[in-house]
Amino acid sequence: MENQLLSIITFLPLVAAVILALFMRGDDAAARNGAKWLALFTTSATFVISLFILFRFDPSNTGFQFVEERPWILGLSYKMGVDGISILFVMLTTFLMPITIYSCWGVETRVKEYMIAFLVLETLMLGVFCALDLVLFYLFFEAGLIPMFLIIGIWGGKDRIYAAFKFFLYTFLGSVLMLVAMIAMYLDAGTTDIVKLLVHDFGSETFGLLGFQVVGGLQTMLFLAFFASFAVKMPMWPVHTWLPDAHVQAPTAGSVILAAVLLKMGGYGFLRFSLPMFPVGADVMAPLVLWMSAIAIVYTSLVALAQTDMKKLIAYSSVAHMGYVTMGIFAANQQGVDGAIFQMISHGFISGALFLCVGVIYDRMHTREIDAYGGLVNRMPAYALVFMFFTMANVGLPGTSGFVGEFLTLMGIFQVNTWVAAVATSGVILSAAYALWLYRRVMFGDLIKEALKSISDMDRREKAIFAPLIAMTLILGVYPSLVTDIIGPSVAALVTDYHAALPADGAELALH
Amino acid sequence: MTSADFQTLLPEIVLAGYAMAALLAAVYTTKDKLAPLLVWATAGLFVALGLYIGATGAGERLVFSGLFVDDPFARFAKVTILLSAAAVLVMSQDYMTRRGLLRFEYPILVTLAVVGMMVMVSSADLITLYMGLELQSLSLYVVAAMRRDSARSSEAGLKYFVLGALSSGLLLYGASLTYGYAGTTQFAGILSTVQDGVPLGLLFGLVFMLAGLAFKVSAAPFHMWTPDVYEGSPTPVTAFFATAPKVAAMGLIARLVQDAFGGIPGQWGQVLAALAVASMFLGAVAAIGQRDIKRLMAYSSIAHMGYALIGLCVGTAYGVQATLIYMVIYVTMNVGTFAFILSMERDGRPVSDIAGLNQFAKKEPLKALAMLVLLFSLAGVPPMLGFFGKFYVLKAAVDAGWVWLAVAGAVASVIGAFYYLRLVYFMYFGAEQDPVDSRMAPVQWAMLVAVAVIMFAGLINLFGLEPIAAFAAEALVR
Repeated sequence: MENQLLSIITFLPLVAAVILALFMRGDDAAARNGAKWLALFTTSATFVISLFILFRFDPSNTGFQFVEERPWILGLSYKMGVDGISILFVMLTTFLMPITIYSCWGVETRVKEYMIAFLVLETLMLGVFCALDLVLFYLFFEAGLIPMFLIIGIWGGKDRIYAAFKFFLYTFLGSVLMLVAMIAMYLDAGTTDIVKLLVHDFGSETFGLLGFQVVGGLQTMLFLAFFASFAVKMPMWPVHTWLPDAHVQAPTAGSVILAAVLLKMGGYGFLRFSLPMFPVGADVMAPLVLWMSAIAIVYTSLVALAQTDMKKLIAYSSVAHMGYVTMGIFAANQQGVDGAIFQMISHGFISGALFLCVGVIYDRMHTREIDAYGGLVNRMPAYALVFMFFTMANVGLPGTSGFVGEFLTLMGIFQVNTWVAAVATSGVILSAAYALWLYRRVMFGDLIKEALKSISDMDRREKAIFAPLIAMTLILGVYPSLVTDIIGPSVAALVTDYHAALPADGAELALH
Repeated sequence: MTSADFQTLLPEIVLAGYAMAALLAAVYTTKDKLAPLLVWATAGLFVALGLYIGATGAGERLVFSGLFVDDPFARFAKVTILLSAAAVLVMSQDYMTRRGLLRFEYPILVTLAVVGMMVMVSSADLITLYMGLELQSLSLYVVAAMRRDSARSSEAGLKYFVLGALSSGLLLYGASLTYGYAGTTQFAGILSTVQDGVPLGLLFGLVFMLAGLAFKVSAAPFHMWTPDVYEGSPTPVTAFFATAPKVAAMGLIARLVQDAFGGIPGQWGQVLAALAVASMFLGAVAAIGQRDIKRLMAYSSIAHMGYALIGLCVGTAYGVQATLIYMVIYVTMNVGTFAFILSMERDGRPVSDIAGLNQFAKKEPLKALAMLVLLFSLAGVPPMLGFFGKFYVLKAAVDAGWVWLAVAGAVASVIGAFYYLRLVYFMYFGAEQDPVDSRMAPVQWAMLVAVAVIMFAGLINLFGLEPIAAFAAEALVR
């Protein structure tokens, strides 16, 4: 039973989706409410079961736990399991899903389908974090595109078609290259079992290809193919351009899941595949990735300053924060990787909450233009407080979880590359600039806009949505060991193995 | 000729005899009124023979002095052909009856075409190959022009005939060159000739024959007839073209390159690889601009043939296995898709403009959902079966060292995803307008939904197809 817990939480939402699809008829208010309650109940139940897993999880064991394995087609196997790196992503997903579902209580169009899409999405997201077979991972990873494509396309904003197509094709292109690399890995190692691949030694002999000397050989090639997929998913500068479009057009709940969980798949992929499986390749490419991250932090922060659309601003801020994550991961030391995971978890709460904040006023005014607001604090004090809190968390105020992640990643990178650290630190100031400026423009000043005079403050449901997010952001901010104790041993093993796998003269290996 | 020879040929004989008997019966009795009954009887016979062939045990029999071979590969292809032909027949009956298209010749011609296909995949000699191919093609030319009062349909039939004749000419020319240089028309004889050196003339023969067969699978650059014929033919006929004949022609290519030229994979591998790459990219790119769903499916099938050819060009048993599985999945998806296309109509008239699908999901959520699954499967998005087909052939390619081909296939699948997605876009978030009607006979509905379910359920173990395909492939590649 215990070994099937992961399968249970993964497929429970899918079962609910099937029940909704087959047995819920009609489109009257009762059916809509039924769909919502069933979705809420299922996601909550999933969360409760996942808590079970968290309590039974043994952090000191750096191997995979709750492993379930069954033979499957093509010589593949259905294998699920979690370790210290993935368990918190599972928790993040199950924690956020009920909140997300509860946040779309106001949706009135095609409610049943909306709920089905989110339930299926939860299954696929959990599958990505639990899968221990390469192809199984790919299956979940890719299939996640379908519900998200529909969520953006059906319930999205004005330019939703463009955004949905861009989202789909961008990420699909990245992933098919990964698929080819996966096949190559299978042929090299003779297995698609991630546990075995983690200890397999992929070739790192330099070879010539089309007149280039590929330093790091096969590992570098595989690294690049995986990088194409994860960098798009993350998203890293300069392949981030799909994200602002997708975020702006997606409905609120879609944005929340996109920012809070889907982006983390890229970071998770780096930690699960790129770093441990292709250490030499990662080492060769690390300087490039680090500089890309630094550029991402500064450049997208500057772009965020120039936005007139709230969601777009937060989307660019997400790209900047993901820059810290990639920087931390490729610093490849304990603080850096700890910080990267911490940053991902905390960003899940904070960016999700920020999108929900935008959703609150969008539901009332149906616009996301910053200029359309101003002086909201006069009519919406509770909202102003919540928004303030998450703005500060986004900036990285000490005492919130945002601070811990940024601080750890910067500390990690400082030991590796001082220049990148210096450039990235300037992003902290820039993020304060755009976040606080946004807050001032929306909240402060006199309430002069005619349309805003009758706006109402948050109701009880909306407050209930934010309460758990505020709690988590604070708890992780003042007591970060809650996270680092769980991830610490696994990360330590990862970092040790990574450095052990590098050749002794690793310092001389550089990109020629 | 012994009784063993005839026993091996029994399914083909039964089918051909049935076609003659049915023809006589219909002509001397109620003619077209008998047609619906004939359709169901034919389909029933196909299924029965499919089961019979599937159950005739293992082993390989070379009969009629080495003209005709019955091995696991042939049986696998025959079962696929028979079952898909039966599926297409039964789902087209309602469409044709309502439009007065259902003549008694239709099921009979389809039966004859199927006999041709069965001979094709069993051929062990250039003569058998050509006989099977022509029997199939001649029947199909007539079927394409079934709607006699429509210029479109006649044009399709004529175009198909002219280009088909050209391809037959190429094939025959290649066969005669091969015969000239090998001194025999038997595959086994050719195989032993090429073992000790390949004369240039024989290579020419091989290339000409491959070009002729590429016409039949509609691989680029020999695909020109496909969009026009798909568009012009009555939709049930299009559905038939897209399924069984493709399996037969693909099986024939596999048979020819492995049985007759198996010793020199280096010579034909590149030809097939070039065809595969050209087909994948042409199918993906050219479909983007199409407004007609039948033309779109034509380009889609061109692209799919490209993927199936990848499995053949690598020359390994695993590659053949991948192609077989790919073809089965492809045929299944097409049966489902065409079950839907058959139902598209407005005021009782068939519609094939994709803009008619606008907001279809609001009107018919279940059918739209089934189509959604099929379209994502056709695009090769996991977890649908279409993905596993692609995964299989790409794996076979990387396995045999054709990494560039696998990368090309992967890139083409992204381009191809666009137009399938556009259909989804029309159905789910297109402009507000009155969508097409979708009147479905129960059997069409059942096919559509069953195929959509199969696309998911197959994920569990591919319905045990894998070992059977492996067995079939190993029988072919020695």
